[in-house]
Amino acid sequence: MGSYAMHRTAAAVATLAAASVIIFFFIHAIPGDPLYVLLGDSATPDQVDALRTRLGLDQPIVFQYFQWLANVARGDLGTSIFFQAPVTRVIRDGAETSILLASITMIWITLIGVPVGVIAAMRHGSWLDQCLSGVAMLLASIPTFWVGLYLILIFAAWLGWLPSSGYPSIFEQGGLTNLRYLLLPSLALAAPNAALILRLTRASMLDVAREDYIRTARAKGIRPMRVILRHILRNALLAVVSAFGFTFAALISEAVVTETVFALPGIGQLVVQSILRRDYPVIQGIILVTVVLYLAVNLLVDLSYRLLDPRVELS
Amino acid sequence: MLRVRDLSISIGGQTGFTDIVSSVSFEIGKGEILGLVGESGCGKSMTSLAIMGLLDRAGPWVRTGRVELAGFDVIHSEPYQRVEAGHGGIAMIFQEPMSSLNPVMKIGEQIEEAIAVHQRTPGAKRTLTARELLEMVRIPDAAMQLDAYPHQLSGGMRQRVMIAIALACQPQVLIADEPTTALDVTVQAQILSLLRELCDTLGLSILFITHDLGVVAQLVDRVAVMYAGRVVETATVERIFSAPAHRYTEALLSCLPDAAHRGQRLTTIPGQAARPGQVRQGCTFAPRCRYAVDVCASDAPPDALLPGDHHALCHFPRGVSP
Repeated sequence: MGSYAMHRTAAAVATLAAASVIIFFFIHAIPGDPLYVLLGDSATPDQVDALRTRLGLDQPIVFQYFQWLANVARGDLGTSIFFQAPVTRVIRDGAETSILLASITMIWITLIGVPVGVIAAMRHGSWLDQCLSGVAMLLASIPTFWVGLYLILIFAAWLGWLPSSGYPSIFEQGGLTNLRYLLLPSLALAAPNAALILRLTRASMLDVAREDYIRTARAKGIRPMRVILRHILRNALLAVVSAFGFTFAALISEAVVTETVFALPGIGQLVVQSILRRDYPVIQGIILVTVVLYLAVNLLVDLSYRLLDPRVELS
Repeated sequence: MLRVRDLSISIGGQTGFTDIVSSVSFEIGKGEILGLVGESGCGKSMTSLAIMGLLDRAGPWVRTGRVELAGFDVIHSEPYQRVEAGHGGIAMIFQEPMSSLNPVMKIGEQIEEAIAVHQRTPGAKRTLTARELLEMVRIPDAAMQLDAYPHQLSGGMRQRVMIAIALACQPQVLIADEPTTALDVTVQAQILSLLRELCDTLGLSILFITHDLGVVAQLVDRVAVMYAGRVVETATVERIFSAPAHRYTEALLSCLPDAAHRGQRLTTIPGQAARPGQVRQGCTFAPRCRYAVDVCASDAPPDALLPGDHHALCHFPRGVSP
């Protein structure tokens, strides 16, 4: 286990190094100049040059890259051009919303996707299965922002049950009840992903149900429910667990849209606005953090997979 | 011990069905091994799954027939229903030991699961019972192997584990569906002698399904020969090999390679086995039979009874002058 984890971690670091190059150079290749965003169109060339020198943006790009890298290694992601504040703090401010949104969404995906997938598989071929699979197909095909808009329309505008936008921190007034602001966004974000997990769980259950060892389990005389839960589901989950890694990647990109639709002060919003402001340090910081998170989640998925499946050698 | 009466298994709907197994009847006495022999696709595996209650809901279905276990009709009941009704007594082992064990469960757990259902042993004692079962099927280091996963064992060992699971069900009847087909010849011989021993020591009745006549000669007491969904001949193993009555059995035996005819062409039965529903009247073997006459193609063959409880579904069984 130890050496496997080390091997995987080394691979993750290599990926990270490659990603850092791409992040840095691609962002600087975007046309546009942050200085004009900061100073406005009326700025004189002298003012712009002075600021450029002050921010170090006049240095050769390769030099800038290594300087950035050296700072990153020390935990310093630089200073936001727009906010004039450390990037780490800018990201931290948006992180609460995004982490909570992602966590609640993952809970929805697991709680809806897996059990409903199991039910669909158990009733496979019935009208119930066809309805569930149909709805799942529909949800998987509809874009998140559309689902989000309809959720706002129904639950916020018509029924008035839930707030339509924004999110005050749970550390501010209202405390944990502020989580209700994340209910609609997390449902919108969960919908397509839960649908995919549902379909995968169902398909995987049906595959496993055809295996010889399920016939053995039935021949032993154990009850059908136990065959389903202990034998079929246990094996079917192997495929589902590895899908959670992809799901997380999907969440990252879809969160950008969802946060915009629901006006949430999260990382997704921040990255969109930072791109418009050409706030290079913030964009780089966010992408870097995202890449690290993504690698960490996949590493975790891989390691847990090895715990779930004894056939995979642990060395 | 086990009596199968008039078992027919069909595909298709309630109307317009086609029998893939027709009116199969046989019985197995206590401590007896009955070999169910036939070519691939003749319906022998389907018959065993139907007896076991393991036919898929969506697939072939039992149209008629009874399966009596110690006097109770257990047809149409799945294994767990039999357990709940108090006559669990049929266990089964399968052709593919490689894929018949749950890959993510320890061997011990898989055996204990069966013990829990069939023996009502308290939790702590189950591990001990599981170990005893592994010892009974001659697995070395039984205590250690309880913690092994199936992929850590060889094919022969896995088949032994399958037998241990079957024994955990405390069966009166064991159905063995080609249990040695996927194994090496040496391992095959070990498994066969283990089955024979269990049969003798535990008084287990075994329904042994195979297409291998060599295995039949080695192991079984009586033989039921199946052709195109029907049992065409039943007799003791000695009679089957020395005096086969049905023309199909005779043809089948003549296909066995023989040292005396070394260098000559191997014998085959011309044509192909009748598919389900293909032969609508007369004897299903008639189209391939060298001895067939008009009546064979038009009338269903009678059940000819020969001396020594020897049955053959044939108009002109061998050894009986017309």
